[in-house]
Amino acid sequence: MAIRWGSYRIKGYYDELIRAAGKARPAAARVCDYLRTLKDGEIEERRQAAELAIRLMGITFTVYSEQEGSIDRAWPFDIIPRIIPSAEWRRIEAGLKQRVRALNLFIEDIYHEQRVVRDGIFPREILDSSKNFRPQCVGISPPRGVWAHICGSDLIRDKDGTVYVLEDNLRVPSGVSYMLENRLVMKRVFPELFETHSIRPVDDYPSQLYDMLCSITPRPVDQPEVVVLTPGIYNSAYFEHAYLAQQMGAELVEGRDLVVGEDDCVYMRTIEGLTRVDVIYRRIDDLYLDPEAFDPASQLGVPGLMRAWKAGQVALVNAPGAGVADDKVVYAFVPKFIKYYLDEEPILPNVPTHLCTDEKERDYVLANLDKLVVKPANESGGYGMLIGPHATAKEREEFVRLIRKDPRNYIAQPLVTLSTTPTLIDTHVEPRHVDLRPFILSGETVTVTTGGLTRVALRKGSTVVNSSQGGGSKDTWIVEETAT
Amino acid sequence: MMLSRVAENLYWMARYLERAENTARLVNVNSNLLLDLPPQVRPGWAPLIEITGGEAQFRQAYGEADERSVAKFMIGDTANPGSILSSLGQARENARTVRDYMPREAWEQVNALMLNAKSNLASGLGHRRRFEYLRDIIHGVQQITGLLAGTMTHDEGYQFLRMGRNLERGDMTIRIIDVRSANLLPGSSEALTPFQNIQWMSVLKSLSGYQMYRRAMRTPVRRPEVLKFLFKERLFPRAFYHTMMEVDSCLRVLPRRDVPITRLAALRSLVTAARPEAMSQEELHHFIDQLEQGLIMVNNTISDTYFLSTNPAVPGRMAVPSETEAE
Repeated sequence: MAIRWGSYRIKGYYDELIRAAGKARPAAARVCDYLRTLKDGEIEERRQAAELAIRLMGITFTVYSEQEGSIDRAWPFDIIPRIIPSAEWRRIEAGLKQRVRALNLFIEDIYHEQRVVRDGIFPREILDSSKNFRPQCVGISPPRGVWAHICGSDLIRDKDGTVYVLEDNLRVPSGVSYMLENRLVMKRVFPELFETHSIRPVDDYPSQLYDMLCSITPRPVDQPEVVVLTPGIYNSAYFEHAYLAQQMGAELVEGRDLVVGEDDCVYMRTIEGLTRVDVIYRRIDDLYLDPEAFDPASQLGVPGLMRAWKAGQVALVNAPGAGVADDKVVYAFVPKFIKYYLDEEPILPNVPTHLCTDEKERDYVLANLDKLVVKPANESGGYGMLIGPHATAKEREEFVRLIRKDPRNYIAQPLVTLSTTPTLIDTHVEPRHVDLRPFILSGETVTVTTGGLTRVALRKGSTVVNSSQGGGSKDTWIVEETAT
Repeated sequence: MMLSRVAENLYWMARYLERAENTARLVNVNSNLLLDLPPQVRPGWAPLIEITGGEAQFRQAYGEADERSVAKFMIGDTANPGSILSSLGQARENARTVRDYMPREAWEQVNALMLNAKSNLASGLGHRRRFEYLRDIIHGVQQITGLLAGTMTHDEGYQFLRMGRNLERGDMTIRIIDVRSANLLPGSSEALTPFQNIQWMSVLKSLSGYQMYRRAMRTPVRRPEVLKFLFKERLFPRAFYHTMMEVDSCLRVLPRRDVPITRLAALRSLVTAARPEAMSQEELHHFIDQLEQGLIMVNNTISDTYFLSTNPAVPGRMAVPSETEAE
């Protein structure tokens, strides 16, 4: 029965495209009008065209099993774009740049004078109990003072339309390749929309990434040797590692391809012999990077890599130790960091966060577990969480015990109801919850992707957007608002 | 710039694909040969096991070398590292890690070939459809080879593919000669004479060399000419000398080639100096042993010069022809 905006129910959430039954937001008006003109058969045709393009382009995430070998699953994709007006985006972009600048200043400070602790902004005991603080990094000064060169911050929008930062991923954030590929798919499926709209392009990301990587080379050469270090083909993000390497024209290497010489320089083994490497975009966690410095059992890393990095002979992206700021307790302090380091007001708010280390706040959290979301400080991917309003009494009791036992490891936030956006279900549209992950690059300059990766929870009512748990993605459009 | 790991994986992918194709050829030709010989002189299926060098393992797992068990061992037994399925599996594992260095279709075909070989295995083991099954495998490998020749940049990586393919091919050619010439003709019983032609024809056919032999040699199929053709012919792609020339031309465009080229030159001069057509069975066997040793040397030199030879986790690291040493 085709797409009828009049019967699209937004149910008290903020919807990204529709402001009231039958009424599109200004930036989305033309797309919504266009979609309404499509017949069922045409919609189905577009959906199949997208599926075909995804298959042909080989956009996959890899699942490996011994029996069946590698299964490359197609990335679930929805053809209705998520649209953000450019004026709003400019503000978000400025907010993200501000945030990442403050985060980098914080990390640099933490591994040097720790002024932020001395000045009483950030409690010493939180730093002392940080899982991702690396004593090996104390006193190191990476080029340009940048530690988190690539940051993926997750944004969500509450009922009233406010955009919040939910978390900052400063270790090895992934997903940017899907953002790029989603755009290619959309151009094939809806070329006419791109002709009539002014949609800002996303495809300069690989060259911005390459420029950023070159800008931090420790060796002043015209063409630094940049490599992407992957854990290998069995990693679920291997597609992205290979994709980015290919797009940048950089070598995709594994740990065993690299060797650190007695001169503390890093070399890759090629058929011509050893070739010096200047910048390593590593997609391996800190603890696996170098068996000499961290986990001696790691097969993925390169013995001596930390030595080379400390000697300033190679740049590592992100820098080891940058994860100290990828901690939900540290997250709670970011608005204070922005004031402290930049003397600016935060442009993008945090979700209000209760720290269980503070006695008063902890009492509040324990008394209000049925209204709050409790998260462990250092997990990612939604593991180990309690969603209070949906939990059983028994689950809540378990968390009372966990929080009392290790208050440093838990934070609590009010439940933010993610905004929705129209999503194709068969041949009609229904609201589904979304978030947004833009990527911020910091080198000589700071740049932000145009939009980012919109992840959508395809199951009705679900707010879980992870691909392994029924999540998919959408193309994200930053468009000029048209007067209607 | 070519990473050692990538070069190594491309080399071994090509070797394993070629091994799968050659094994398919062997089984196919043997099936046909047996139909043409009277029961009392049929050499049976044991020679195939000898050619691929898995006697000990075969005896332990199967005992009697009858048609069904040999077919199973050589086609579908994944415990046999030389079986077609094992070779295709190893080819795919090597291809997986370097799929971005090849055209996408090549990876897809390597993948599809393995999956089809696995899912149609029953046809390969049974009697009636085996020919089609093996033909599909031979064609599948040929298709990949052709696709790579026609769509992959002929850069250094491609040279490693070609080297792997040709070393494996040359190796298989001399193994076939070794076993066939010794075992297909038990004694020199006069009863066999009428079938000599057929047997040497089967050697040629297992290498798709029958027609080419006819055109090149313009003589009937006889031992001396066949041997000369298969060892020394410059232009036939499966002749030993030709395969070594191919490897030589690959090395010519690679860096740090001096040692491998010297090793290879020693092997080539063995062939040019030899007169296999005049060798007795014993001399022939000794000659082939020398060539096998030479191939091992060439493989090891390539490996030491270009590959990540310190890494045991690379799939498919195995000595080239191990059974000559074991014998």
